[in-house]
Amino acid sequence: MLTKRIIPCLDVQDGRTVKGTKFLNLRDAGDPVELAARYSEEGADELVFLDISASREGRKTFLSVVERVARAIQIPFTVGGGISTVEDILRVLDAGADKVSLNTAIVLRPDFLNEAAMAVGSQSIVAAIDAKRDEKRWTVWIKGGAERTELDAVAWAQETVRRGAGELLVTSMDSDGMKAGYDLDLLRTVASRVHVPLIASGGAGTPEHLVQAITEGNADAVLAASIFHYQEISINDIKLSISANTIPVRL
Amino acid sequence: MIGIINYGAGNIRSVSNALDGLGAAYFVSTRIDELRQADKLILPGVGEARSAMESLDRGGLVEWLRTVEVPFLGICIGMQILFERSTERDTTCLGVIPGTVSKFDASKGKVPHMGWNTVQVQGESPLFNGIRNNEFFYFVHSYSAPVGPATIGLTEYHHPFSAAVQRGNFYGVQFHAEKSGRTGLRILQNFIERC
Repeated sequence: MLTKRIIPCLDVQDGRTVKGTKFLNLRDAGDPVELAARYSEEGADELVFLDISASREGRKTFLSVVERVARAIQIPFTVGGGISTVEDILRVLDAGADKVSLNTAIVLRPDFLNEAAMAVGSQSIVAAIDAKRDEKRWTVWIKGGAERTELDAVAWAQETVRRGAGELLVTSMDSDGMKAGYDLDLLRTVASRVHVPLIASGGAGTPEHLVQAITEGNADAVLAASIFHYQEISINDIKLSISANTIPVRL
Repeated sequence: MIGIINYGAGNIRSVSNALDGLGAAYFVSTRIDELRQADKLILPGVGEARSAMESLDRGGLVEWLRTVEVPFLGICIGMQILFERSTERDTTCLGVIPGTVSKFDASKGKVPHMGWNTVQVQGESPLFNGIRNNEFFYFVHSYSAPVGPATIGLTEYHHPFSAAVQRGNFYGVQFHAEKSGRTGLRILQNFIERC
């Protein structure tokens, strides 16, 4: 039976893993290659690396991180952050990544998503959506949560699939880093409108939150960062408690 | 030495990293004269059947691949093109194994089939030496190969399909052995040492 995936996410800045709250206040959380190896050993099903470096130098460092990660682990991983051309995509896939996550660039120029899917196939393209609650809907934010757009997050999710996204990574900006649970309404709504796998992101604080994202949010995979980085809960313990809820996981 | 066939479909790095980890000697090439020297061949793959067949054709590899006598391992698309046809843009494939590869029905659940799923081992292929029944492997694919006499591993998603096949010296795995942790490495090691 196809299992639900547990995906630790590593935000990488200038070659180091960092983690903030609501996209701000970054703290150092260690060497990304070491963390990747540890997570893989502990039973992570996949990993996501987001480059949040602002400088050209930082981005170069990141590419070497991707190459080292690819040699260190034999599980799939996705790379995102600042990818805006097909050449950028080929560069990280050639470095050994399996998928890329695209966010700001596809909002600014949606045709880029079609071009990306055409070039490398939908299976390697993850559309990442940062969503924030408005009065009655969720809006899409870009540039790492710095800029609001007028796009409706659910409609945008559907459009990304039409344009060739093979998977969706939906982050609730309201919940991110708060450890109070995922935005289940958002997940449920997106899941009911698309037929590609959905990764839930933003808000995991306890194993119960991950269970809820799957059972109530209808997510196919759950992404989390801080609960893993500071060894608050081991991946295996999380998988055991998910499994105890009769959800299939790889143990 | 193992020849990895490079036909521009990516994923070469993952396979070569995995072979490095196993300490296996290999080379990567697009050229038939070089690939003829290999005593084993691996055809990795992501992407889609039509473009894979087209680029093999451009390299003049199609007729030769149908008749190679050394052990051959196709991964993902590399396995799918061992079959006669794919409904992916109605593509004629190598035809080493009878049957048609067809798309998962999106009305039955999500497509692609993405993630870790179990494989039921069928028969006694050396490729699965030492691998227990229902171990997990990592899959990403929208098309699936039918179950038949060549099936050596079976997985269920929407319906049962061939997760691994063997016909003579031709082996294929739908899952990404190079991305399936230790169990996946064991498959590659079996191919290197036992096939």
